[in-house]
Amino acid sequence: MDSFFARFKNPLVLIVIVLLQAIALAVQVPRPVSDLNKPSSSIRGRADGPRISQLRYWSVAIVTPFEKVGHGTSFYIRSIWSNYVNLRQTRQQDQDLRAEIARLRQEQAAFAEDARQGHRMQALLGFQQQYISTTVAAQVIGTSGSDRSRMVYIDKGSKDGLKPDQAVMTPDGIVGKVRDVWAHTSQLLLISDPSAGAGVILESTRIRGIVRGGVGGKVEINNLTADSRIKTGEHVITSGGDGVFPRGLPVGVIEAIAPDPDHQPYTAITIKPAADLARLEEVLVVIGTQTTLSTLAQQDLDVAAETAGSKRAADLAADRLPSAHDGEPPIAVSGSGTGTLPPPATSPQLPVVPHSQPVLHPDRYTPGTTLPADELNPGAPKPRSPSKTSTNPHPELP
Amino acid sequence: MAEHSYTSRRELDQYVFHPAVTLLVPVAAVLLQAVLPRLWGGFILLDLPLIVVIFFALSRRSPIAGTVTGSLVGLFQDGLTSLAFGVNGISKAIIGYIAASVGFAVDVDNLINRVAMNFVFSLLQSSLLYLISRFLVGEPTAHFRIWHELLRALCNTAVAIPIFFLLDTFRYRD
Repeated sequence: MDSFFARFKNPLVLIVIVLLQAIALAVQVPRPVSDLNKPSSSIRGRADGPRISQLRYWSVAIVTPFEKVGHGTSFYIRSIWSNYVNLRQTRQQDQDLRAEIARLRQEQAAFAEDARQGHRMQALLGFQQQYISTTVAAQVIGTSGSDRSRMVYIDKGSKDGLKPDQAVMTPDGIVGKVRDVWAHTSQLLLISDPSAGAGVILESTRIRGIVRGGVGGKVEINNLTADSRIKTGEHVITSGGDGVFPRGLPVGVIEAIAPDPDHQPYTAITIKPAADLARLEEVLVVIGTQTTLSTLAQQDLDVAAETAGSKRAADLAADRLPSAHDGEPPIAVSGSGTGTLPPPATSPQLPVVPHSQPVLHPDRYTPGTTLPADELNPGAPKPRSPSKTSTNPHPELP
Repeated sequence: MAEHSYTSRRELDQYVFHPAVTLLVPVAAVLLQAVLPRLWGGFILLDLPLIVVIFFALSRRSPIAGTVTGSLVGLFQDGLTSLAFGVNGISKAIIGYIAASVGFAVDVDNLINRVAMNFVFSLLQSSLLYLISRFLVGEPTAHFRIWHELLRALCNTAVAIPIFFLLDTFRYRD
């Protein structure tokens, strides 16, 4: 017996070590949930249990001090250079920003009434919109070092108010969510990780889907069947239905649509993320949401409403229709009060709305478009212009 | 007449390392692996801890030492990812064992052998990671992208050769 162990010592050690780790894997990995309609159905997307989290903490504790020192040093050197460059361009940037603020104020005014109307309708429907109230800025200090796990480390933790499953974003769009949290460090699971997920809406078609990380760091929606309405270039925003990301945050733009060979009959809709996931430097962790607008946002809305004056939402909408401005010069507005609003060079061209075509047949179906029965005479000739008689069903009104 | 000793080839080619080197080199490899992809995304293709595991296993020529080194480095690497503990641990333990066993049969100081072994072990590790992710962990999204893995193996080999020459300076015969 002794000779057996002595002879096969090496393979036996290998078998024991591999077996122990396989058992550890089995303990960590629960029963798989293969529900395509659940954004966080994978174990890797969730925070670890206390024991596993403690093991990860030891690994992270060895690496993060070096990462923080390296990041701090490079940040200091880069900031010296960027401060110099920024100083040279400050004047021009200031002018550009003032012009942009003026333009955005006008746009905001145009949308203010629509926003108020939207809030009223949400209140009627009992819908609880979540607005971002508090964020914490965090620096990315390291990565997982593996393309099988799209994850980065940030320099903020539970001491800064971070908790697992909090949404993380940049000004451009969503980035991912917080996974494990320690005192001064946290794991950020990117939306490009295969275990990540987020509920989304296609902006123009309002089709709901779930965005997930795909092979090679792609971001995909793969729970939708083929639909001719879904086009490349369409913007994708968060739906708010996953309980992690507030509603309406930019996710990205549809880049490609192709049949998904792994999940037929679904299509793989590849999304170009709005945030540059490969070059993350600073991120915002959403640590608080509220159901009402923040005080500052409310003040902005009030200012916009005053700017919009007494115009009703319908009038504003009519103003925005291109057909109403055909051949007219651009609107002269005050840009902080005075000046002409420059044409929005960067804003996308609105689609041209076609003019209505003349009617071919009289409308006999809409209530109020025909004369009352007691005014009709059997055998009498038809009115010459039925449309004219039907324009105002209540002649007593102006 | 030349003197002949009875030292076996195994004993002749076995190397040892200072404990500080044994400890710090794998930690430095894992640390660099975590930091370098922030500087340039292409570095994510590399697997510096794998290169270190192969080097130590080939140099020590002890399958048990190779298995233990691979296992510990792999588990350390797993700790920094969202993967379950054991995914890299199992694959690198197997690589360490095989590398140490192969070290008996070939001249590990030969450049061509080093190139071939790094390339093959990189591909082998990719295969093991795919098998573990797909069948042990049950990840439905796990794929084996052959061209991607070939490119990874090429990159690892290209980086491994200078690292091997660098680490050669730390080894000595007992």
